[in-house]
Amino acid sequence: MSYLSIENLTVSYGDKVILNELNLQIPKGKITALIGPNGCGKSTLLKTVARILSPKQGQILLQGEGLHKQDTRQVARKLALLPQAPITPEGVTIRELVGYGRAPWGSRWGRLSDEDRAIVQHALKQAGLLELADRPATDLSGGQRQRAWIAMILAQNTDLVLLDEPTTWLDIAHQIELLKLMRELNQQGKTIVVVLHDLNQASRYCDELVVLKQGKVQQQGTPEQVLTQKLVEEVFDLCAEIHPDPVAGSPTLVPV
Amino acid sequence: MYPRLTLTLLPVFLLLLAISGVLLGSLDLQTALSAGPDILTDLRLSRVLVAILAGAGLGLAGAMIQGVVRNPLASPDIIGVTGGAGLAATTLLLLFPGVAFGWMIPAAIAGALLTMALMLWLVRNQDLNPARLVLVGVALSAWLGALIDWLLVSHPYQVNAALVWLTGSLWGRGWDHVAVLLPWLLVLFPLALMMALRLDLLALGDEAAEGLGANVLQTRRLALLLSVALAAVSVAVCGAISFVGLVSPHLARLLVGGSHRRLIPATAMIGAVLVLLADILARILAPPIELPAGVLTSLIGAPYFLFLLTRYRGW
Repeated sequence: MSYLSIENLTVSYGDKVILNELNLQIPKGKITALIGPNGCGKSTLLKTVARILSPKQGQILLQGEGLHKQDTRQVARKLALLPQAPITPEGVTIRELVGYGRAPWGSRWGRLSDEDRAIVQHALKQAGLLELADRPATDLSGGQRQRAWIAMILAQNTDLVLLDEPTTWLDIAHQIELLKLMRELNQQGKTIVVVLHDLNQASRYCDELVVLKQGKVQQQGTPEQVLTQKLVEEVFDLCAEIHPDPVAGSPTLVPV
Repeated sequence: MYPRLTLTLLPVFLLLLAISGVLLGSLDLQTALSAGPDILTDLRLSRVLVAILAGAGLGLAGAMIQGVVRNPLASPDIIGVTGGAGLAATTLLLLFPGVAFGWMIPAAIAGALLTMALMLWLVRNQDLNPARLVLVGVALSAWLGALIDWLLVSHPYQVNAALVWLTGSLWGRGWDHVAVLLPWLLVLFPLALMMALRLDLLALGDEAAEGLGANVLQTRRLALLLSVALAAVSVAVCGAISFVGLVSPHLARLLVGGSHRRLIPATAMIGAVLVLLADILARILAPPIELPAGVLTSLIGAPYFLFLLTRYRGW
């Protein structure tokens, strides 16, 4: 039995079918990237796993239990989501923001226990935000903000972490910083599923690639298995050569 | 900002204001006392309590609706609750002038709830999408406003009572009204506080909120219902006192920050302060003529709101 199992999943917006009887197994303890052209359904897939969207048909099993049948709070103890465009609320400190990560664990009223506070402190430290912790969250730059959200996910302390295009609004230095932070999370034993646009970043920082096309899984495997000239042409309709990355040795796409 | 300090000072300020509300009036203290203790306890104290309760209700209603809609413009006026209560009250006052005054409150509450039902029916397929709620609310309010105006224009001889009610006034409010408001607020205020964490999470966006274990749709429904109930009872008792529902949450956010655990009690107290202050001024500015408190809340509230906007960079 695999860790996260997506079975026969159909998801649609109104009449428009986005995911069509999709089957996918995601291994425990790895970083899995969902890649594919615009509109292939990768974000939809992630959102359905995060229970933002409900399947029309099929099911998603986390360690054998149907995700859409469980209580929202229960699920939030098992999986965390970093949305594509989260809203940074007005008048809330970074410490408070990170503290919201304890919401599924603590009291329903929102008061944090000493243990919760210690976890929040640790998360802030890990994300390198300790000095900024008592500043308003809205004062942060884009890169710091994204780190604050990662810290919130750390505080949520789930085994599974879903990241929806986490690098989108960041400059290149912050993108790399975030991808490294993602690797650190993974080394602590978390399973990560991430939607990425940049194939080379996916190839270098992820263990497993899942290629989607028109709501179906086209291919799944290690970057070496998946990122081939043929696949890039089939899926992205792009003529490119694949060369090893001069630093990491991972397959890298170079457009012709 | 010092949120904790503010939360401790607010009740003190409210208490001082309440005491001055009992002592101040068109009659000076000596005359009032010599006329018997009735003026102070029966008239002024009860009226002060009505102002506090109704103000708290309006403020809370605003905090709830702003939490749901994530839009700084949202207020009980915008979502049509005030309009619905206003139409019901105007209809009663103008078309059935013989009916006992006791019917006003149930009628206004019914009007507000009916408006809410109509509103929910209009947005039934949109998962309570915040932008939709506001747009539908604006349209609904305009439509109800037109109906009220139509009634007013076609009944020129009885128009005064209705106008005073529509502007919002605490004139003649007493212990009967305290008895209506108090049980409602005793139930609704704790319920509102229980929504605090979920409203905090809602402020992070629907996806993040759901990911952190808040059931977004359920939270919206509950908070919306609370908002309507709070606004409905307050408006039913005091009429459409404007701006309190809009300004109180903004002011509270500026003073105690965005965490609803502090924001909710702070908003309730600020709403109470605003209405009480408006009513005291209404009584003492130009005696024996009494201004409707609603005129003062708008008169002071609108420029103050503009000032708040310059302090706010978020919106």
